[in-house]
Amino acid sequence: MALLEVSNLGIAFGGLQAVDKVDLRLEQGGLYGLIGPNGAGKTTVFNMLTGVYKPTEGDIILDGKNITGKPPATISKAGIARTFQNIRLFGGMTVLDNVKVGLHNQVKYSTFTAVLRLPPFFEREREMRGQAMGLLKIFGLENDAKQMASNLPYGKQRKLEIARALATNPKLLLLDEPAAGMNPSETEELMETVRFVREHFGITILLIEHDMSFVMGLCEQITVLDYGRIIAAGTPEMVRNDPKVIAAYLGG
Amino acid sequence: MGLKNLGRTSRKNLVTYLIAVLAFVILEGMVLTGNISNMLEGQLVPICAYVIAAVSLNLTVGILGELSLGHAGFMSVGAFAGALFSVSMEDTITVTWLRFVLALIIGAVAAGAMGVLIGIPVLRLQGDYLAIVTLAFGEIIKNVLNAVYLGVDENGLHFSMKDSIALGLSENGKVLIKGAQGIVGTPRDSTFIWGFALVMLTLFIVLNLIKSRTGRAVMSIRDNRIAAESVGINITKYKMIAFSLSAALAGVAGVLYAHSFSSLVASKFDYNLSIQILVFVVLGGIGSIRGSMIAAAVLTVLPEMLRSFSEYRMLVYAIVLIVMMIFNQSPKMVEWRKRVFAGRLKGAGHNAAKKGGA
Repeated sequence: MALLEVSNLGIAFGGLQAVDKVDLRLEQGGLYGLIGPNGAGKTTVFNMLTGVYKPTEGDIILDGKNITGKPPATISKAGIARTFQNIRLFGGMTVLDNVKVGLHNQVKYSTFTAVLRLPPFFEREREMRGQAMGLLKIFGLENDAKQMASNLPYGKQRKLEIARALATNPKLLLLDEPAAGMNPSETEELMETVRFVREHFGITILLIEHDMSFVMGLCEQITVLDYGRIIAAGTPEMVRNDPKVIAAYLGG
Repeated sequence: MGLKNLGRTSRKNLVTYLIAVLAFVILEGMVLTGNISNMLEGQLVPICAYVIAAVSLNLTVGILGELSLGHAGFMSVGAFAGALFSVSMEDTITVTWLRFVLALIIGAVAAGAMGVLIGIPVLRLQGDYLAIVTLAFGEIIKNVLNAVYLGVDENGLHFSMKDSIALGLSENGKVLIKGAQGIVGTPRDSTFIWGFALVMLTLFIVLNLIKSRTGRAVMSIRDNRIAAESVGINITKYKMIAFSLSAALAGVAGVLYAHSFSSLVASKFDYNLSIQILVFVVLGGIGSIRGSMIAAAVLTVLPEMLRSFSEYRMLVYAIVLIVMMIFNQSPKMVEWRKRVFAGRLKGAGHNAAKKGGA
């Protein structure tokens, strides 16, 4: 059974059918790409998978559980984490605290324990700190732990967002244009990081990206959207040579 | 214990507690040696009440990031619940501290429950809408309390929204709440020591909450609601925790305030008071608990201190407000303050030019 099975997914905003009849099948541990021209509905698909939008039709099955139309927090607990196209960090909090918020449902103690500073508070906080620092280290952010998140340079903010998403211990990680605004060497480094994350955490990754060398070099399976519909799907090789994809997106 | 072993936030919190303790020691010393004016001595308990109100409002405004303009409403709920309890139990429970502690608990629970009740509709809103609706709720609470008549006799409690005659009390009956005249004869159980203890308790609760899993969840909603949801934060739950705790602590402030005067009227808790508390929070620095505390204390004492300036009083008050605003908010001043105070605190250089903080 696939980790994520999406069938006949669609959403209409008023009279506009933004996404229509989208089927996706992601196997455990795979690296998948979602590409297409601007306005094709890629981020809308992400928003439906994570519960930001309620699909008007279709089903989303994660690990055998139907999560269609569930609220974002429930879907996060079910095992889908994401990053955002326009970075959404907790700017008024430190880098470390951003990751700790990601650990919210992993390491728990009550408000009562927190206010009275009972022994479990110190225990769990230590545990949280350890896990959060471990994640920051993977992304080379350990020396920025005490910085305010909003003070980080752009590339590091992107990395922090991935670290925070991973803190929720997801089965499926959705990356929305992770390489946007990065220079070629940063993109190269990000590819390495994404591969490492997949190996190290054993998770499935689905990413949206416009940088073709990034997508083609990284993903095993690519789905191409245009006007809210899938126009092609398959290996990078197949997609690259598909005349419909060339016409709609890649150009001749 | 070396200060260096503590984290930056813990060190900051420690300073906040120390400021409160120092202020208490100095003022209490002045009281004991008789070196205090009657006017200032009378203000000591209200100052503590305003400090608690300001710190608790900062939980909603600074930590949750929602502008609430009805904080005085929650104070009045606490004040009336606590005072009502004390008036009716004055002869039954003669141990003053026990009666006062029970009044505090009742006031906090009543205000907290009101916070939950109002929070259910209000927390669906954001920004200006939330501010306006909380303002309305504050006024509704005040007007309802203004119209309530409550009496007690051997047949039990009597309630009316008309007048005290409509209560139909027997000869031995006693009117507890008298409409616009409020509650009369509240035992004056609150003292400066109580006020100080409650300020410390409030600081303890709020500062501990901020630096915890719960506080981080609340602040993540403030910083980015969509991202907070995406990492599994239950938005409604944490908004409600922050809002109702803020209301409950306002209730504590209300109980403390009510027990420092023998009569209590609802009209005291109008929107002017809500705005005044908000002024404390904004001038002390939104999100800065220490700032709220200092601003509340200074700005409560100031207008009274300035009485000798007669008509120039409000002018000086306004100038002080402006100066505080510049001192707290102007980026250059913030930079300078951080440099000077951080240097002094830590000895070694620490270029902690960071925003916010407790």
